[in-house]
This record gives sequence, C-alpha cells and structure tokens, in this order.
Amino acid sequence: MSPRRKRASRDGAIAAAFKACAKERRSAFIPFLVAGDPSLEATPDLLRALVAGGADVIELGVAFSDPIADGPTIQRASHRALAAGSSLSAVLGIVERHREELGVPIVLFTYYNPVHARGVESFAAQAADSGVDGVLCVDLPPEEGLRELQPALEERGVDSIYLIAATSTRERIDRAAAASNGFVYYTARSDVTGEREDLIPTLAREVKRVRRRVRLPVAVGFGISIPEQVEEVAKVAHGVVVGSSLVRLVEENAAEADLAGRLEHRVAELTAPLRG
Amino acid sequence: MKVRTPLAAAALEPDEGGRYGVYGGRYAPETLMAPLEELSRAYDKLRRKRTFQRRLNHLLEHYVGRPTPLYFAERLTEHLGGARIYLKREDLLHTGAHKINNALGQVLLAKEMGKTRIIAETGAGQHGVATATAAALLGLDCVVYMGEEDMRRQRLNVYRMQLLGAEVAAVDAGSRTLKDAINEAFRDWVASFADTHYVLGTVTGPEPYPRMVRQFHSVIGSEARRQLRRLAGTPDPDVAVACVGGGSNAMGLFSAFLGQRDVLLVGVEAGGRGPELGDHAARFSGGTLGVLHGARTLVLQDEEGQVVGTHSVSAGLDYPAVGPEHVFLHDQGQIEFTSATDQEAIEGFHLLSATEGILPALESAHAIAEVTRRAPGMEPDQVILVNLSGRGDKDVESVLEYDAASGGDAE
Ligand SMILES: Cc1ncc(COP(=O)(O)O)c(C=O)c1O
Repeated sequence: MSPRRKRASRDGAIAAAFKACAKERRSAFIPFLVAGDPSLEATPDLLRALVAGGADVIELGVAFSDPIADGPTIQRASHRALAAGSSLSAVLGIVERHREELGVPIVLFTYYNPVHARGVESFAAQAADSGVDGVLCVDLPPEEGLRELQPALEERGVDSIYLIAATSTRERIDRAAAASNGFVYYTARSDVTGEREDLIPTLAREVKRVRRRVRLPVAVGFGISIPEQVEEVAKVAHGVVVGSSLVRLVEENAAEADLAGRLEHRVAELTAPLRG
Repeated sequence: MKVRTPLAAAALEPDEGGRYGVYGGRYAPETLMAPLEELSRAYDKLRRKRTFQRRLNHLLEHYVGRPTPLYFAERLTEHLGGARIYLKREDLLHTGAHKINNALGQVLLAKEMGKTRIIAETGAGQHGVATATAAALLGLDCVVYMGEEDMRRQRLNVYRMQLLGAEVAAVDAGSRTLKDAINEAFRDWVASFADTHYVLGTVTGPEPYPRMVRQFHSVIGSEARRQLRRLAGTPDPDVAVACVGGGSNAMGLFSAFLGQRDVLLVGVEAGGRGPELGDHAARFSGGTLGVLHGARTLVLQDEEGQVVGTHSVSAGLDYPAVGPEHVFLHDQGQIEFTSATDQEAIEGFHLLSATEGILPALESAHAIAEVTRRAPGMEPDQVILVNLSGRGDKDVESVLEYDAASGGDAE
C-alpha cells in the first residue's frame, strides 16, 4: 500500500472535496457512469470528460448481471459493459491507472455480489491500493455492511457510503449516518434509477429531514437529469448526483468520434447552475 | 383429518436479522428495508392470530383441497423392487401444485395489511397461477412477471393467469427466465410497496420470505407425518425426497423431520444437460457463496461475481440460487443434495405416468428420478416419502418436444 493512501477516513479526499465546494458556497456535482460502457478503452476518456465538465466526485458504476435497483437505461449499460468485458477487476484496474491523473475522488457504486465474490478483505486491500476513495453497495444496508465490508474498508481508509431513502425511519437514518464516512446518499425517489420529468414535490422537505439528523454532507440522486433539476436540488443538498441521463448520452453517442466531447459539454451544462 | 397449518410453531427460526448461521439475511436496497421490516412485523403478528389461522385453514380445506392424500405407489414400488414408496399428492391441490399453500397465505396476509395490489414472479407458471388465483379469490389486482423464455415453454399457464384476471408482464432481460422475473418484481416493488405486496414464490429472498414461505408450506410435512403413521405404521420415513428449485416444497416437507437423525432428507436439483457451468441449476455442486435477491446463499456465478445462466428442462428449477436455510441445513448434515439430469427427469416422468397413471410436473419428476436410483438398493420394509409437488399437465408439450428431439419415448 502506498503511503499516499494511508489516511484517516474521516478527512479523506471525499470529505475534502465537499469542504472545497462548501467554501465556494455551492453543492458538489457527482456524475455517474457505468465503467466499461461502451468499452473499457473508452472509459478513461469519459472520466476525463466528467472532470473537465466540472465533476467534484465521480461515482463509477460496476456492472452486475442482476441490477435490481436499476431502471432500463442503466440495465442496458450494465449489459453492454459486461459484454465488453467489464468486471470488478477491470474497474479497479481503471481506477488504479487513472485516479491520480483525474484528481477527483472516486466512489465505486456496486452491487454487493461482485465484492463478496472477491472476498471483502481482498477487495478492500485492492480498492485501497488502486486509489478508490469510497464504496457504496446498493444492496448492502448498514446492518449487513457493518458486519461484513465496513471493517475491512475502514482499516484501509476507504470510505463507506450508505443510502438513505424516503422510507428510512429515524433509526435507519441514524444508523446510515453513523456508519457512513464522506457523505450519505439520499435517494430522491422510491423507485429504480432512471430519468424523470419532475422532482417529487416533497423532496426539499425530505432532504431537510435527513440533514437535521446527519452531520455528514448529504448528496441526492435518482431521477435528476436536467440543469433545472440540478439547480433545484442544489438548494437543499450538499451534492447532486446525475446518472441515467449521462448514461443515455453515452448510449446514444457511443459510435460518435467526439463522444467524450459531448459528454463534457453535457456535464458543463449540468454544473452551470452550481457555479451561478 | 383437520387442516392445521403449523404457523405458530417456533422451531428452527433464523435470528432476527433472518440469518441461518452465515446464510440468509436482508440484503436489499434501502428503500425496501422499511417495507420488509413492516412485512416481518405484520407476518409475526398475524401468524399467531387465531382468526387468521382459522381463515387460512378454512380456505385450505374447502377451496384448495387440503389435506392432500398420501398415496402408496404400489406399482412403482414393485417395478423398482425395494423400499415402499409413498407420494405426498400436492399435485392434487387446486391449481395443480404446492405453490398455492404459500400464495394463499401471503395474499391473505397482504389483504390484512391493507394492500390492494399483488405482484409475483413465476418460472413454471405454477406460482403465478396460484397467486393469480388467490388474488382473484380475495379481489386484489395482480401482476405476474415472467421471463419470455418461460412464457414460451409454459404458454398454457400464461393464458390461465390471464383468465384469472392477472396481467402477465413479459420480461425480456437476461436469460428471460425465473431470475430475471424476480429482478423485475423487485423493481416494481421498490416503487409500489405502499399499496402492493410482493408474493415471492419460494424460500429465497430477504428476511422474512424464507421463513414465511417455509411456514406456509410446513403443512405438507405435518400432514405427511400423520398420514404415514396411519398408512405405514411409522410417522418417519427412512428417506424423504423432494425437488429443489428455490426449495419451498422441499422445506415444506422436510420441516416435519428436521432434527431426526434417522430420517434421511434428500433434495434433488436440476442437473440439466450436464455438469458444465451454464448447463444446469445444481447449486450444491457448482455454486459458490454469494448474495442474490436479498440473501446470502449458494449462487451459480463466475469468478467476478456475475451470475451465470442456468438450464433445466423444468422451468421451476431453472434458477441460479437456492434458499439459504437449505445451505445451512446442508452444512449441518441434515439435508443431502443430489441432482437429476433433464434426461433422468423425463424418464421419471414417463415411469410414473406408465406405472401409476400420474403425470408429475417436470420439477417433481426430478424427485421421482432420485427415487428410481435409490429405492432398488433399499429393503422392502423401508419407506421412501416423496413430495409430488405438482402435476404434469403443464409440461406435456415440453415432454413432447424433448422426446421428439431425442427420438425417444413419445408414442
Ligand atoms: C410443481 C413444482 N415443483 C417445484 C417447484 C420448484 O420450486 P420450490 O423448490 O420452491 O418448491 C416448482 C416451481 O415452479 C413447481 O411448479
């Protein structure tokens, strides 16, 4: 393990990124892509485009054969990525080669089974060595995560990020907040991932309910896809996550020579409201 | 014989996190955690309630047709020349398979919880038909997710569900079979839990499904035990055999015999075309520990933790994971697992049809295949109890296709 990675998780790169945004009095922008879509070779360029467009933290999706929390867009992307040879090992390889160059924290967004298959200890060690800053397992709630993956990640200074949902009770919010480092992720909809016309009307109230109980930054995602929505969510959240609409852009422009340029342009549009 | 579903029995429950040792648990997206907690609470409250038990048992007796007979298969016994073979006739239940025990229990529970809509996944179509039936009976809306490949091979059941007023939603993702139908049902439920109950059809999934589904099926084993005492002079067989898809009919039968060292419990998985990964659904020989559909259990997967395709001639066994309690009980030495290939199951199908005049479901035919291997080596005073989990009418077309392709048995 390189000394660069040896750091207390409480003030890791993710916390630092949120602090830097707070200093600029703005929310962090957190784009999501599925690693390996449309190909493993294309992914580094796309990640560079995210950063160039204004990403503060990157959520890098690990494709899984059975993505039960994802809608059609990310399902198709996962399928394409797997067909293109993507896997947890391949994603760790990409992070290892490009994390330093990219210069922004990377959170792996994954289902638990690929991590479990590798073995949590071996995964945690490799994630830390590769420069992964945080890990969010969609189907690993704190009661399971605290017993299994979290101790291994913590020992190596990799942040664990847990989801909070509209259905989360107060106890569950507290548990997720206590277990997370870096930030917590509030899912703006009780639904699978995907683009939606409108935000739910109670979102601001819901996010405030969570913020009152949580000391960490609160990022909000699920169903956010256009600049107007980014602007709206940024009023109440420390971070805004956009996934499916970027994934769809990659899908629709996969054959274009300037795919990365188009992605960067779109991210710049999405981050514009944050820079005011 | 009165119908008594042993719902309140507390034997061998998982811990409060739904764990059987290191298996099981509740690995679900956060949005579903509170609904799952609510389901656990509602189930624990209702199963102890007399009025709920009475209502369920009344419907099981007068609507579903319980108790099912235990039948001494004399001609099959003679033909194989060994142990006496008894068939637990779940195939005679309304809708034709054991699945209705659980479907009716869960739909009743959903109604008590104030839900107005029911969703389910189905592989062979039997769980879908059973759920659609219970929803029709209790006046609830019903959507059944089914893989396109399964819709093709079980098209009669698709139409049956539609006749019962259910919507059958085609799933064209992945392998287009049971696993993908479960994915889609979870996706629906994440957005619909407020008015919708998800009736999972087997002993897999997050807590409380494995223990709840098992308990609704435990009536199979408790009846069989009482019937064996009368018919065979002993409540305990030497061997009890059941096919294992997710494992619900097997858990239902085995639950009455757990902890009895003199009863050998044998689960039969789908051996498919052969032992190559992707050609079968035999988790105990080809699976590794994983987390799928809410539980930690044995999963057929590659080294990167991607779930692989499965194959079985029987849609109901064509699934890459198995109920977590089975894995736990296997570790404890309480259940032995074996498999039967497509070919052996088809032979079992023909044998039971010809010797007893009973067409078994292709799932159940896997259990028959194991009996044909095991019975001849046993003594004539020994007893084999077999769960005949369903009837084979739905499979006649598949058997016809199989036989035509192999130039075999079809006459
Ligand atoms: C007749 C029959 N038996 C067995 C099964 C397999 O399920 P389980 O292992 O849960 O009993 C099915 C599933 O569709 C079925 O229809």
